Amino acid sequence: MGTDVATTAGSAADLIAGLPPSPAVWCSGLRKRYGRQLAVDDVSFTVERGEVLGLLGPNGAGKTSVIKMLLGLVRPDAGEVMLLGRRAKDPLARAGVGYLPELFRYQPWLSAAEVLALHVRLARTRIPEAEQHESLVLVGLADRAGDRVGDFSKGMQQRLGMAVALVTRPELVILDEPTSALDPLGRADVRDLVLSLKARGVSVLLNSHLIGEVERVCDRVVILDQGRVAAFGSLDELLGQRQVRLHLGGVAGRAEARLGAAGVLSRSGDWYTVTLPAEDDGVTVPDLVRDLVGLGVRVHAVEPVRISLEERLLGILRHDEAAR
Amino acid sequence: MTAVTIALLTLQEAVRRRVFRALLVLTVVLLALSAWGFTKLVGLNTDVGTMTSGEARLVASLLLNLILFGMSLIAAIGTAFLAGPTLAGEVESGQALAILARPVRRSTVLLGKWLGLLTFGCGYAILAGLAQVLIVRITVGYWPPAPATGLALLAAETVVLLTLALLLSSVVSPMASGIVSVGLFGAAWVAGVVGGIGASLGNHGVERVGTVSRILLPTDGLWHGAMNAFQDPGALAQMGDGAVAFPFLSNASLTAAYLGWAAVWIAIVWGLTALTFARRDI
Repeated sequence: MGTDVATTAGSAADLIAGLPPSPAVWCSGLRKRYGRQLAVDDVSFTVERGEVLGLLGPNGAGKTSVIKMLLGLVRPDAGEVMLLGRRAKDPLARAGVGYLPELFRYQPWLSAAEVLALHVRLARTRIPEAEQHESLVLVGLADRAGDRVGDFSKGMQQRLGMAVALVTRPELVILDEPTSALDPLGRADVRDLVLSLKARGVSVLLNSHLIGEVERVCDRVVILDQGRVAAFGSLDELLGQRQVRLHLGGVAGRAEARLGAAGVLSRSGDWYTVTLPAEDDGVTVPDLVRDLVGLGVRVHAVEPVRISLEERLLGILRHDEAAR
Repeated sequence: MTAVTIALLTLQEAVRRRVFRALLVLTVVLLALSAWGFTKLVGLNTDVGTMTSGEARLVASLLLNLILFGMSLIAAIGTAFLAGPTLAGEVESGQALAILARPVRRSTVLLGKWLGLLTFGCGYAILAGLAQVLIVRITVGYWPPAPATGLALLAAETVVLLTLALLLSSVVSPMASGIVSVGLFGAAWVAGVVGGIGASLGNHGVERVGTVSRILLPTDGLWHGAMNAFQDPGALAQMGDGAVAFPFLSNASLTAAYLGWAAVWIAIVWGLTALTFARRDI
């Protein structure tokens, strides 16, 4: 009898241990109305563990409202949210979340280090002081740790916001327009930070106007328009076919035939464009270059060509508009 | 734990924003002026001759109430203008976003702010009031009948006002909440004076103005209790019937029922604030 119970308990534990971890963010049917304006309408999506999801859309599409509903800052009229496997109504659901708001303002009478210490206390966690300082180093504020936040420039305050979002060792980081006040160098820093979070298995929800930024770091994208999900999917799914452009010299008949075998070929002077098949497994281009070199072709340049996310986004939004 | 963190943050804000220093300077000036005035009181030549030490003590007890009223006003304005920006201002500026996205309940954050403001307001009312009572003791030799009760009621008056300011701060803009709460504090005091005049004239309708205002906003009622604890018991007898109408004398100590009502009032307003703040979109 006792053995039976132990076996049952053991198998239940195995079952739970075998379950995939719940998504970092799961939301379903989110709806929010401000007066007569329907700001968010039936928005559902998930952010998987370790995934970087981009939230895109024009101004007023409801991106910030969605983020605020995920964090319990705005009460949805309808819909449900789970963060890191907990119902978002439970404040503890936010224990593993780091957040950089679009409107980043921190207590101006505190120093940068004090703001971080405050957030560590509010997150009910213990982070050694040296590690807290490390967050400031990460965002380039190492030498301003003791300075009053009130004296910081906007860009520095946004960097501090990034440190605040990262200081509590979050499992999920929500960044709302994280580069709005940053110069190109700062934007590159944020991109590197997001990539390093991804490398550490931290999930990131990124809302950004800068499509290039989203394209470089995101695994999947959700496009919002007028409060609704207009499109979603991985970048490959959204962007579809890929092309490669080659600048070649000394292309003879056999080489041209080899180019044609790789995909649909078009030519403009010394530039050859090959449209790759959808089921490309990533070796088509290197194999092609190896064979071309073997055939005595001089390869000056090989450039991937993709329909940019910007073009795709504009296409989706304009199509939406036309449909209305 | 979160409540304590927020309470300490609120106190730190008061110190760093120099509210504390400004209040300290203002209070020291007021205390010094009152000390100088009280030393001049004994041996003062009046139309009816030199004031005896007994008369001086009577006047001192009246003046003590007057000065403490000034201090309760400073405490009221100080806490109201601190409480105003605390919720509405932080929501408006965006400071609340980062804080409330942490694993904290909004009611806990509110409790922390309330505790911080309470410590600041009560600490000020009690310390400044005690300093004033000691100055009167040293200069004129007058010691109020129940100074501890008086100071506690002065502190309670501050708590009522800061709780009101927090409620207003959860629904209107920071500046409006400060102005409205100080305005209501003043209106309640004036209503109390009007009620006193009504009582001295035997006009029950006018007297009711004071009674109703003391129920709606207990600041003036608590202030009357505090005055009663500070004033010379002989003063009422000496002033006769007119004492009821005199705004710096109180003819009765507070009943337990009224103190209970003040506590219930604070709980109701606090609960309303927590409810409004919890439902508010940030």
